[in-house]
Amino acid sequence: MHIVVCIKQVPDSREIRIDGRTGTLIREGVPSIMNPYDLHGLEAALQLREQHGGRVTVVTMGPPMAEKALKQAISLGADEAVLVTDRKFSGADTLATAYVLSEVIKKVAATWGPVDLVIAGKQTLDGDTGQVGPGIACRLDLEQLTYVEKIVAIEGGRIRVERHLEDGIEVVETALPVLLTALKEMNTVRRATFPNMLAAARYKPIVWTTADFPDIDPQQIGLKGSPTIVSKSWVPEVKKVNTTYVDGAGALWQALWTTDLPDRLGWAAREGAK
Amino acid sequence: MEYQGIMVWVEHRDGTAKSVSWQLIGQARRLAEKLGTEVFALVQGDHVGHLAQEAIFRGADRVYVLDHPVLKDYRTRPYSTSALTAIREVRPEIVLIGATYQGRDLAGAIATHLPTGLTADTTMLDVEPDPSRLLLASRPAFSEKLMATILCKKYKPQMATARAGIFEALPRDESRTGQIIPIPFEMDEAAIATKVLAFLKGEDRVNLEDAQVIVAGGRGLGGPQGFALLKQLADLLGGVVGASRPCCDLGWIKNTHQVGQTGQTVRPKLYIAVGISGAVQHTVGMGGADIIVAINRDPNAPIFHVANYGIVGDWQKVVPELIEAVSAGRPLMGVAGGEAR
Ligand SMILES: Cc1cc2nc3c(=O)[nH]c(=O)nc-3n(C[C@H](O)[C@H](O)[C@H](O)COP(=O)(O)OP(=O)(O)OC[C@H]3O[C@@H](n4cnc5c(N)ncnc54)[C@H](O)[C@@H]3O)c2cc1C
Ligand SMILES: Nc1ncnc2c1ncn2[C@@H]1O[C@H](COP(=O)(O)O)[C@@H](O)[C@H]1O
Repeated sequence: MHIVVCIKQVPDSREIRIDGRTGTLIREGVPSIMNPYDLHGLEAALQLREQHGGRVTVVTMGPPMAEKALKQAISLGADEAVLVTDRKFSGADTLATAYVLSEVIKKVAATWGPVDLVIAGKQTLDGDTGQVGPGIACRLDLEQLTYVEKIVAIEGGRIRVERHLEDGIEVVETALPVLLTALKEMNTVRRATFPNMLAAARYKPIVWTTADFPDIDPQQIGLKGSPTIVSKSWVPEVKKVNTTYVDGAGALWQALWTTDLPDRLGWAAREGAK
Repeated sequence: MEYQGIMVWVEHRDGTAKSVSWQLIGQARRLAEKLGTEVFALVQGDHVGHLAQEAIFRGADRVYVLDHPVLKDYRTRPYSTSALTAIREVRPEIVLIGATYQGRDLAGAIATHLPTGLTADTTMLDVEPDPSRLLLASRPAFSEKLMATILCKKYKPQMATARAGIFEALPRDESRTGQIIPIPFEMDEAAIATKVLAFLKGEDRVNLEDAQVIVAGGRGLGGPQGFALLKQLADLLGGVVGASRPCCDLGWIKNTHQVGQTGQTVRPKLYIAVGISGAVQHTVGMGGADIIVAINRDPNAPIFHVANYGIVGDWQKVVPELIEAVSAGRPLMGVAGGEAR
C-alpha cells in the first residue's frame, strides 16, 4: 500500500499574542509546529503500513523552513518526504494549494508507484478551513471520506471507516484509492525512536520547485490562482455587559423572574398550570 | 446571464432539517434585501418535497429540489454532482452552506469543481450593495484572536460556509408563498463507489445548538461528579449540560458537550456558567446567549465581563441551593434581588 500524507507546518496559534496597541499579530517567537491533525494522519498511515506493508510518503508545500516538519515525519517513520517550495507557489489560498498538491501527488505516484490512500488533516491551525483535503480529492477524482475517527478495515481494495458527525457516527465503505481527512480521535501519536531520530537528522528532503512541474498551469498557482483575498482584519471587541451581582441562589432565582425568561421559556405558564 | 440571488443549502437528516439551514435562510433574506434580490433554497434528498415547502415558510422565495434515490444519504459524489447541476443552471451570486461536517465536505467539493473561492466557518456575513455586490465573509482567525474579512472578487458564485448558532432564523410563517422548482437529475447507484452502511445515532450527543437553556461547567467543578449536579439543574430548567474544553480533555464529560471555539457555538436564552473562568475561546461560543449567569468564586474571573448576573461564591454551595430554589418554583417576590455595579 502506498500512502501519501499531506502535512503543513503552522505557527502554533495558541502561542500567538496580539499587540494591544496596534491590533496586530505578534508572530515573533511563535513556535512552528506540524499541524496537530496532520500528526494523527501520519500516525494512521504508519499503522496501516505496519498492518499491510507498503510505503508512506509525506508531502508539504511551504517555505524552506518547513523542512523541519518533514524531518519530524521521518523521525516518526515516514519513508520519504517531499518539500514543494517556490516563490511562485506562495500566497496560495485553499483552491490553489489543493491544485498544486494534487499535481504533487501525481508526481509522487509517477516516482514511487500508484497511490492507494491520501491522508490530510481535518483542518490546519492557521488556514483552519478543512478545504484543502476535499480540494485534492476533487482534482484527483478520488472518493473523499472526511472527518474519519476510525479506519475499521481495508481489504479487497475497499476501505471502511467511521466518520464523526454532529449527531452520531456514520459507517461508510468505498473503493480505493481514496482521500481521507483525519481527526485526533483516530489514534495516539507515537514517539520517535532513537534510530529514527538519527536518520531524520541526516535526512535531506526531496525538494521540488515549479521547474519540476512543466505542465502546471501558472494561472492556477500562488496568489494569481487564488480567488479569495483577505481584505481586512481586526481584533474582536468583547461586548461590555453591566453585571448585576446577586447574593446567593435565592436572589438569583428571584432576579431571573424579573426578566422575560419565565415567559419565553414557559416557566410562567408551567407555574400557572399548577 | 448574470449571476443573481442567494442560494442556501438545506441540510437534513432523514428529512428533518438542521436548524443552521433556517438560520442561513434568515441571514440570506437580510442580505437579499440589501442587494434587491431573491433567496433560493437548495433541497437534496429522497422524498424531500416537504422540506421544500418548509424552506418557503422559513423565508425562501424559490426552492430548487433534487429528489432522487441516490440522494437518500449524504455522499460527496452524488450530492456535489447534483448540486453543481443546480448551481450552474440557477447561477446564484452567493451560495451559503452550514459549516457542519457534511456542509464543509460538500462546500469544498463544489468550490473546487466550479471553481470559485470559498470562505470557511464564517460568523459574520454582509454584502456591499451595487455595483460591487461583494459578499463580505468574516471569520475568526488564529484561535479567535483576530477577525478577518475575506472577499472573492473575480469568481462567481461567492461561497461561504457559516457556523451554526450565529445567525437568527426568521419566525416560521405558513402564509409565505414561493415557487418550488424540481431539477431533473440522473445518476446510477452502480456508478457510486461509496456506500453508507450505517448511521449510529450518538445517544450521548447533546443538542447544544438548539438548546434554550444551558448549564455549563468548567474546571472549577474539580471532577466529573459536579456534572451530575449540573445535569439535575439543567433538567429542572428544561436545558442541557455544556462544558469548557478542559473538562472534556480531562474526560470529566464527553467532548460533544464542549462549548466554544473548538466546540459548539450556542445561542440559548439562558446560559449558566459554573466554575468557568471565561477565556475568549469559551466566550466566543456563548457570548450570543440572551442572559448569562456566572457562578465563580473568583470575583476577578473574566466570565463576569460577559455575565448579566453574577454570584461570587463556591458552586458546591450555590448550585444545590439553586436546585432547591428552582424546584420550589416561582419565587416569592419583593425581596431585593441585588444591586448593579
Ligand atoms: C486553540 C484553542 C482552542 C480552544 N477552544 C476552547 C473551546 O472551544 N472551549 C473552551 O471552553 N475552551 C477552549 N480553549 C481553552 C481556553 O483557552 C481555556 O483554557 C478554557 O476555556 C478554560 O476552562 P475553564 O474556565 O473551565 O478553566 P479555568 O480557566 O481553570 O477556570 C476555572 C474557574 O473555576 C473557578 N473555580 C474554581 N473552584 C471553584 C469553586 N469551588 N466554585 C466556583 N468557582 C470555582 C476559578 O475561579 C476559575 O475561574 C481553547 C484554547 C485554545 C488554545
Ligand atoms: N501547504 C500545505 N502542504 C501540505 N498539506 C497541506 C497544506 N495546506 C493544507 N494541507 C493539508 O490539508 C489539510 C487541511 O488544511 P486547511 O484546508 O488549511 O484547513 C491539512 O491538515 C493538511 O493535511
